[in-house]
Amino acid sequence: MPTYTDMTRCDGCGECVDICPSDIMHIDPVYRRSYNIEPNFCWECYSCVKACPQHAIDVRGYADFAPLGHKVRVLREEEKGIISWKIRFRDGREKAFTFPIRTTPWGSIRPPSDYEAPAANSLGSQLLAHEPDALKVGALPSLPSFHKQTGAMP
Amino acid sequence: MSLFSSRKTRFVEADILVIGGGFSGCGATYESRYWGRDLKIVIVEKANIERSGAVAQGLSAINCYMGMQWNENQPADFVRYARGDLMGLVREDLVFDIARHVDATVHKFEEWGLPILKDPKNGHYMREGKWQVMIHGESYKPIIAEAARKAASTVYNRIMVTHLLMDTARPNRVAGAVGFDMRNGTFYVFRAKAVIVSSGGASHIYRPRAAGEGMGRTWYAPWSSGSAYGLLIPTGARMTQMENKVVLARFKDGYGPVGAWFLLLKSYATNAYGEKYEAAWLEQTRSIVGKYADAEPVPTCLRNHAMLEEIKAGRGPIYMQTQASLDTSEKEQTGWEDFLDMTVSQAVVWASQNIDPRNTPSELITSEPYVMGSHATCSGAWVSGPEDVAPADYQWGYNRMTTVEGLFGAGDTVGGSAHKFSSGSFTEGKLAGKSAVRYVMEQQGDAPQVDETQIRVLEEEIFRPLENYRVGRNEIVAGTVAPSYISPLQGLQRLGKLMDEYAGGVSTFYVTSEPMLNRGLELLAMLKEDLGHIGAENLHQLQRAWELHHRVLTAEAVIRHTLFRQETRWPGYYYRADHPQLDDAAWHVFTSSQYDAKTGAWQMSKLPVHHIVPG
Ligand SMILES: Cc1cc2nc3c(=O)[nH]c(=O)nc-3n(C[C@H](O)[C@H](O)[C@H](O)COP(=O)(O)OP(=O)(O)OC[C@H]3O[C@@H](n4cnc5c(N)ncnc54)[C@H](O)[C@@H]3O)c2cc1C
Ligand code: SF4
Ligand code: SF4
Repeated sequence: MPTYTDMTRCDGCGECVDICPSDIMHIDPVYRRSYNIEPNFCWECYSCVKACPQHAIDVRGYADFAPLGHKVRVLREEEKGIISWKIRFRDGREKAFTFPIRTTPWGSIRPPSDYEAPAANSLGSQLLAHEPDALKVGALPSLPSFHKQTGAMP
Repeated sequence: MSLFSSRKTRFVEADILVIGGGFSGCGATYESRYWGRDLKIVIVEKANIERSGAVAQGLSAINCYMGMQWNENQPADFVRYARGDLMGLVREDLVFDIARHVDATVHKFEEWGLPILKDPKNGHYMREGKWQVMIHGESYKPIIAEAARKAASTVYNRIMVTHLLMDTARPNRVAGAVGFDMRNGTFYVFRAKAVIVSSGGASHIYRPRAAGEGMGRTWYAPWSSGSAYGLLIPTGARMTQMENKVVLARFKDGYGPVGAWFLLLKSYATNAYGEKYEAAWLEQTRSIVGKYADAEPVPTCLRNHAMLEEIKAGRGPIYMQTQASLDTSEKEQTGWEDFLDMTVSQAVVWASQNIDPRNTPSELITSEPYVMGSHATCSGAWVSGPEDVAPADYQWGYNRMTTVEGLFGAGDTVGGSAHKFSSGSFTEGKLAGKSAVRYVMEQQGDAPQVDETQIRVLEEEIFRPLENYRVGRNEIVAGTVAPSYISPLQGLQRLGKLMDEYAGGVSTFYVTSEPMLNRGLELLAMLKEDLGHIGAENLHQLQRAWELHHRVLTAEAVIRHTLFRQETRWPGYYYRADHPQLDDAAWHVFTSSQYDAKTGAWQMSKLPVHHIVPG
């Protein structure tokens, strides 16, 4: 389809509509449930699948090269910081994997304005925010001198 | 106009407007806020920055990291690498600038919570290859988006930006942008002192290999609409290296990337008979590109070239021999995670075709061409370089400013600086962000002015496809065939077909020539006229209509540049059959174009390549 929505699970909350980078998950006006309005512009990125609170969305691989009978299911647990996958092959074999997704609590990133304001004259320097500390090498590298006008090495 | 007089217009004022909240846009926003504490910094994004852009589904590696803290690589080494991979032609000042800052970016990502794998032996980041580090990157984009959201004054999601606005008093100065809200059709006018274009590269300039439902499974995301180029070109901003499109060897159909398989897992490619074939083509490759064939590592385009020659010799399919690489369960996990983190489709292909990479090799193929500035390629805008290392003719003001005043670029938008990838794109966004703050602070005199007539003319143009449909639809009973309009998809398919057939796509094995390109231009001119007759049924299709506009402009730039460069510089990316050799005497230069939106004329020229890093 490549994504499709399970009629009995979807409650029309619109999370998938909100997240799809391709703007192709829309709510059907008759059934008040979501569906993929443009399957040939789906990247199978799984953003909607991961975001659906009802686990109502699944993927059936692109018809032009993926034979039927497979499944790749996902459960993303944001608070636990993990994502789990279950793969079922066409011939029934299965595999399962779990990977970490984040090491810090969601929402914990310090905004740039939380840091002490840089001195006004440093706006003209080559240093970016948090440098040179964040480079972990003491100083920002520069090039040995070259001839600025001709662009050639001396 | 009168028909749509009920439509709302919203005006937004900003000091800095960031167009596209992908990797470079998030970097630009973060850095702008760090330096510009009191500025109004606005992101406008056509999707939702939580999962937008090329990294929407995540990545499994950071492809640009020096490791200066462990003395692994130095920025100058990186410049040599990028230069070798791009057959001698990169903006060394820009590449050096990314390389010297990128480690700080990556260290910040780790502090924010991105899981970076460590080598148990020494505690360093685990290397995939010389420049790449391994990550558990499923949430790469949400993490980066969190930082950007906290830095922005406002994030406007689901607004498709269609045009940049120019200052009425100073014609070469940017004044903002316009677009529309894809949910309610509100017309948006952003007025800004500085604009950073960070709207990503382009897929679907060329017809993809997949024919039906799978046409969305391009390697670069189907929403990479070439807007960076489509927005810049009409302003007259100078573009460079637009012929340097990228073709990538990928797992067939799912387009799973090969980096981790070649570099980390040590899989290898063979022909159908299990033979390694790359070395066998070295002599033949030398006869086309001379000394460049001996660069270490082998340039990306030349590896494609060997694969293409092998297929043409009838020894395909080409296979990635994965079996021996997955001999432990850790390695098996690494292999699967590589795709589950960034290209789930490849796992879907494996499951559907009963391919367990522990037992069965996988087919490889070269993709259709893409246009971008951040990968093993460097199409995009010509920008000013950093003050301390840019040669005089590469530097005219603020770092990463285009040739239009107040208009900055980053990531795929910027030409000449290849191999940025995710971390380098974010870093370049930071460079552009700091520069834009400085530009805004140092501005004297009047803020840019936008004239009401310009806005209303654009409004009418932007919404015209809805009107075309509304009127034209009455002529037919039902269906998609109408005499007076074509749908955005039909327009896209026309574009893809003509680029594929005339401008070196997969159907000609990437071969083109002057007569082919000229014929392509004739057909493209008619498609450009037909863009005035696109019919959009709803706001979603209106977005597709404007993506098509941006792609068509990008495509024209690709053809013009390909026509201009009379040599075959990157065999494996494309071939000029009428100039089959690399020609350093005449073409060790950047190509440059400037478009005149009033006359439709393209001015082509050569720009010098300066080597500022020895060796
Ligand atoms: C499959 C795949 C694998 C990759 N692997 C790696 C890897 O392993 N490591 C690595 O470091 N890099 C990798 N990359 C490359 C990396 O993703 C890019 O280099 C990087 O994302 C480029 O950043 P950008 O900001 O230029 O573009 P993007 O991140 O694509 O951002 C562009 C943004 O602009 C928005 N936009 C576009 N047009 C408009 C418009 N008209 N109006 C409003 N908004 C608009 C888009 O929605 C998007 O959010 C990979 C990319 C892909 C697709
Ligand atoms: S997120 Fe799930 S429940 Fe909500 S509309 Fe989409 S499919 Fe239905
Ligand atoms: S898989 Fe991605 S592109 Fe496809 S519908 Fe879901 S969010 Fe959209």
